[in-house]
Amino acid sequence: MVLQFQPEGIYCPAGDFYIDPWRPVPRALITHGHSDHARWGHGSYLATKAAAPVMRLRLGDISLDTVNYGETRQIGKARVSFHPAGHVPGSAQIRVEVDGEIWVASGDYKTTDDGFSEPFEPVPCHAFITESTFGLPVFKWDAQDDVITQINAWWAANKAAGRFSILGAYALGKAQRILANVDTSIGPTLTHGAIENTNAVLRAQGLSLPDTIRVTPDTDIKANAGALVLATPSGMNSTWVRRFGQASTAFASGWMSMRGHRRRRSADRGFVMSDHADWDGLNAAIKATGAERVFVTHGYTSQFARWLNEQGYDAGVVETEYEGESLDAADAEVVE
Amino acid sequence: MKRFADLFTALDQTTKTNAKVAALAAYFRDAPDSDRLWTIALLSGRRPKRGVTTTLLREWAAEVADIPLWLFEECYPIVGDLSETIALVLPPATGRRDRTLTDWLETVRDLGVLDMEAKKQTVLDAWSTLPPIERFLFNKLITGGLRIGVSQKLMTRALAQATEIEEATLAHRLMGDWTPATTTFHDLIEAHDPEADASKPYPFYLAYQLEDLDALGPPSDWRAERKWDGIRGQLIIRQRQPYLWSRGEELITDRFPEFAIAPDFIPDGTVFDGELLAWDHATDTPQNFNALQKRIGRKTVPKKLLKDAPVILYAYDLLEQDGEDLRTHPLDDRRARLTALIDTLPSDAPLRLSAQLPFQTWDDLAQIRATSRDHAAEGLMLKRGDSLYLSGRKKGDWWKWKVDPLTIDAVMIYAQAGSGRRAGLYTDFTFAVWNGNELTPFTKAYSGLTDAEFRKITAWVKKNTLQRFGPVRQVTPEHVFEIAFEGIQASPRHKSGVALRFPRMLRWRHDKPVQEANTLDDLKEMLDTYG
Repeated sequence: MVLQFQPEGIYCPAGDFYIDPWRPVPRALITHGHSDHARWGHGSYLATKAAAPVMRLRLGDISLDTVNYGETRQIGKARVSFHPAGHVPGSAQIRVEVDGEIWVASGDYKTTDDGFSEPFEPVPCHAFITESTFGLPVFKWDAQDDVITQINAWWAANKAAGRFSILGAYALGKAQRILANVDTSIGPTLTHGAIENTNAVLRAQGLSLPDTIRVTPDTDIKANAGALVLATPSGMNSTWVRRFGQASTAFASGWMSMRGHRRRRSADRGFVMSDHADWDGLNAAIKATGAERVFVTHGYTSQFARWLNEQGYDAGVVETEYEGESLDAADAEVVE
Repeated sequence: MKRFADLFTALDQTTKTNAKVAALAAYFRDAPDSDRLWTIALLSGRRPKRGVTTTLLREWAAEVADIPLWLFEECYPIVGDLSETIALVLPPATGRRDRTLTDWLETVRDLGVLDMEAKKQTVLDAWSTLPPIERFLFNKLITGGLRIGVSQKLMTRALAQATEIEEATLAHRLMGDWTPATTTFHDLIEAHDPEADASKPYPFYLAYQLEDLDALGPPSDWRAERKWDGIRGQLIIRQRQPYLWSRGEELITDRFPEFAIAPDFIPDGTVFDGELLAWDHATDTPQNFNALQKRIGRKTVPKKLLKDAPVILYAYDLLEQDGEDLRTHPLDDRRARLTALIDTLPSDAPLRLSAQLPFQTWDDLAQIRATSRDHAAEGLMLKRGDSLYLSGRKKGDWWKWKVDPLTIDAVMIYAQAGSGRRAGLYTDFTFAVWNGNELTPFTKAYSGLTDAEFRKITAWVKKNTLQRFGPVRQVTPEHVFEIAFEGIQASPRHKSGVALRFPRMLRWRHDKPVQEANTLDDLKEMLDTYG
């Protein structure tokens, strides 16, 4: 097997390295900077150039080597390259070729272009490792333009009514995706510190984001009446949001497509926006790889694998410690 | 239906009560009469009879979505709502038809009489022409149970704003045995004629759990009665007919033939509020709730059951006498009339007076309360002597002062995901007690924990599943919960031999190792003492 599933993570014996390992290993190839994929404690790291700054922000002084998308590295007997996964800026699928057999570990991915992350590219392969965070046919995302239109309308209506619009979104990826797409002529945008830290890193690496104001204890809240406030999901439940007084609250997440999840968050609104592929996206992505074998990781694994088997794939479930998109996790702002 | 869908969306997009009431009031001002009436009906739990089984709906939805049925079934517990699951899996609508809510409800109502093919065609046509939210609502109308975060109280308040009729008056008008087929918006709401519906009950006055005994003031202002574990009921005698209503606004006259003779000795224009209890005529005391349970839900009562578990109304209030609404009279006056009236009844009448308990001090009363279980009572009711009969749950004049629940420490052994807002969380648990080295299941419970605790236990369940049985997961016996309950009965149907009343989780006992949970013998001892 080109890749093996071991207690430490996904292992390549030909190159003696791991992909997104969850236990400390000597050599780790990392698909993207979210904390369930890029963990602390490995000997050395390899990631895309675009993913590196956020990883340094989160993991500190690590031994990190970088590659461009599409650039080939020979590691032992394995030929390795990174290809856009469309999940967040810098996110990659990792292609591993050994003796002509090609495997792709896709980490987290979405197939639609969010106007900010490098768009997903299908990578032909023999075996494909896929996530299944939203691997059920009840998950179908609306076009991003429609969701952004809803967010703009919500924000504008709140501003007209003298309310803040507090939107809960992940600090890496979702927050910037929203920021890059909303109509910032409606009003100013305030950000939670965890989001602004990520913004600063992404701006420094050349990505273009509209101006934002970091919320600090000294921030003059009243001077920014009617602002869009980007908060982390866990910040939504804390005293942090109470500073804003009159406000409408919302979350942006794939889970918001379901009423039960929306009501449980006790937010006024839920915008259905995910950085993970929906049902159609997962199925289309797998088909585009031409793979015969599919390994299903984190999400609705058993259901999705059974479905894929019925569609003629040789599919199986792989237990990992990736967490997908969860609003119920205690540290939801860092795990996506 | 677009207007109704817009209303639903507005209600669904806010957690603020005022915004909900405003949206409803706006709807009630603008919508056509028949739609308003149907909306009132739906929000007060009146709905068309289900004309299609959910099994068929699932099969059709899977077929239209082009997915295997098993995959649809896997989706359902994740979404936690059948109507929503269907709406989510279906492909986008191909056409658009805008029909009124009433129109759609008539379609739903008529489904029952169609043959299978016509049923299917009707449902599939609806699915292919309705946008997502309307499709979800259409499914809700078919399957019943449109719970959209609006209580009857909020609906009544909104209707009061829209019609400028007083809220309490409206609450009364909305009571009773009407459906959109039997009345009109005008007749029900605007041109209300009290003669038109002799069966119409008054809205029940409901008490809150007592918060602070010391805040009640002098004991002499208060009247105390035992709180019985029966069914709250309203007995109406008008136009020589008896009408019996449950608190859930269900007309249950036919289920309790004991009251057929009531008009023989109770004058017209009389309304009692009281507790329906299965009665032991030999000792003149209530039987336990189990006896009454056998009567609930039975539309026709076999002779033997009527003999074994005869029912009486334990009357504690008089709401109407000689056709006069007494609700604005003070309780002491209503009680005096009630006592005098009950005195005139023959001894075989199915009514008893709920006795007031004499007491001088709160300490006296606390002692009386402590004997509640000996009397098969749940605790005490406290009512201010000068209290009016209000409608709905109000704080201040009436309080229930229940006895502390019984408790037992039990081990969680199975978990099942919840529905609705608890979809995707494990919230429904089965608990066991030790029987030697074995764990014997004895109850289920699904309330009492905070959302944060449910999230925590959900994460734990996912990692500690031993076996799956469909939606149920057997988990490692590791966590102990303190289970509270109101009563315990012998039950041959349960492996443990007991059945609990109102079990719920009182506390998650992180401090207790699993070996220290209670035993089946402990439970049996409780059965001997309290059963």
